Amino acid sequence: MLKVEHLHHNYGKAEILKDISLGVERGEVFVTIGPTGSGKTTLLRLLGLLEKPTSGYIYFDGYRVNNSERQKLEIRRRMAMVSQKPTVFNASVFDNVAYGLKVRKENGAGMCRKVINALETVGLSGYEKRDARTLSGGETQRVALARAMVIEPELLLLDEPTANLDPVSTSHIENLVTDVIKRSSVTVMMSTHDMFQGQRLADRIGILIGGEMPQTGNAREIFNAPQSRKIAEFVGVENMLGGVIASNEEGLVTVDVGGVKVEALSKLNVGTGICACIRPEEITLVKTKESTSARNTFSGEITRIVLFGPFARVEMYCGFPLVSLITKKSAEEMNLQTGERIYASFKATGVHIIKK
Amino acid sequence: MHAIADAFVLAVKMIFTGDAEVYSITARTLAISLSSTLIGALLFVPLGCLIYFNNFRGKRLLISIIQTCYSIPTVFVGLLVFLVFSRAGPLGFFGILFTPQVMVIGQVVLISAIVTGLTISALSGVSPAIRETAVSLGASRLQSVWAVLKEARFAVLTAVLVGFGRAISEVGLALMVGGNIRGYTRVLTTAISLETGKGEIALSLALGFILVTLALIVTVLANRFLMAKEVNVAQSRASAS
Repeated sequence: MLKVEHLHHNYGKAEILKDISLGVERGEVFVTIGPTGSGKTTLLRLLGLLEKPTSGYIYFDGYRVNNSERQKLEIRRRMAMVSQKPTVFNASVFDNVAYGLKVRKENGAGMCRKVINALETVGLSGYEKRDARTLSGGETQRVALARAMVIEPELLLLDEPTANLDPVSTSHIENLVTDVIKRSSVTVMMSTHDMFQGQRLADRIGILIGGEMPQTGNAREIFNAPQSRKIAEFVGVENMLGGVIASNEEGLVTVDVGGVKVEALSKLNVGTGICACIRPEEITLVKTKESTSARNTFSGEITRIVLFGPFARVEMYCGFPLVSLITKKSAEEMNLQTGERIYASFKATGVHIIKK
Repeated sequence: MHAIADAFVLAVKMIFTGDAEVYSITARTLAISLSSTLIGALLFVPLGCLIYFNNFRGKRLLISIIQTCYSIPTVFVGLLVFLVFSRAGPLGFFGILFTPQVMVIGQVVLISAIVTGLTISALSGVSPAIRETAVSLGASRLQSVWAVLKEARFAVLTAVLVGFGRAISEVGLALMVGGNIRGYTRVLTTAISLETGKGEIALSLALGFILVTLALIVTVLANRFLMAKEVNVAQSRASAS
């Protein structure tokens, strides 16, 4: 449906996108995740044909996008875009939603029906006459979504659609997007800086950092097997232990982390400098050393406990710093205290090895 | 104060007693100014769009020149139009000097800079995101320009009304190319000028009141038209649903 080859984009001397290549299948939901300023919006603007890339190619439905305004208009009319801060026209909600249909010369009862249905879908029935500029942020975003969906696009570009919204509106918009994806065969290209949102919505994720897309894959691949330290840091791998592979017995390696041995799975040879990544949620905590199938168990002292929502983030020192994420309920049941000694264990399969 | 009060009473009397000459001058004034404003709007709002939406060398300089022309004296425009349409002038063969037609042409020239320049200013006041939103929703180039123009409608209407104000209130051009011929090219401003010259101050003031009232009526009607259209559109959409 959508293919991008060696896309580069500069603003003046600043290189915003560097050699981006990716493909999105029809009906797929591809989410670009990256920190603020990584080039997500620029990528979507290029795909939405709002800007011309400095170099590289964009293919839409097998056709390469060229410089012809006519071709661009034809392609644009098969897609729709929702930006993170949508602009509404100085007109009624109805006219805003109807805009895409009017420019496609759709008029009359059919057009009215589509607009009414779209407004109903986003929960804004009865808002038809309202001045669109008087709506709240969440309502404006819903109008923008209705305005995009009413034209039944083949490709929907969503640029951080929940970036400026409160949690309730965010969840509302997310549900709407999920609903839209389920009900239609629309291909979605979305950007977000919220990795959990990406995880919830995406079929496939592309990590965009500093204008580059070093890794694409499904949520499991991205979150459990990041290909570089940078990606690991961004996707929330808080435990990154630098070391050297000390032994390798048929894929079960022992990593020397400053004198401490950590077991993991890897094909890398002995002597290779690596970074062992362990997601906080992979680490379980027990008060007494008991028999466990986990290959790695370390004794350490709790240095800090931070509660947030239903979780507790436990920081400890086991000869190296380690962070564990457990439920708040578990932390309370175990009566964990700062300064207390505790055992942290994780499986060899819970360690992801990145070559340095 | 007495003179002003007397003039006001006289103006009201002239309006309500149906002074034929006052009516004909007023109607002529309105016809000429509205014609020139309409033609000016049709020519110079698109010209403003053309300049605003295209990037070319010397664009800033052109805009500065246009803005400078806001204050061009009416007698200077009158002189230029007079020279062009006089018998020896390049367009003298039309033979329209001292006719209402040439007055309309003169006024169109007079308001050209104001309507073009204020249209550019009006469009500059619209967020670039509006055009981009229109484009991202499938608008063609022309449709996206129309979307921006609609956003700037009040400011564009102001541009046209300022043009109308300049056209209806000018006297130098009307005198030079119209000739202030009674029953043919005499308009309110030239009549005021003539009557003042004759010492008929009360009559001049009364004609001045009529002129201001006329401008007020046109402005109010134009604004109401725009507002009503907006409400109608919303209501018709809602009733269609």
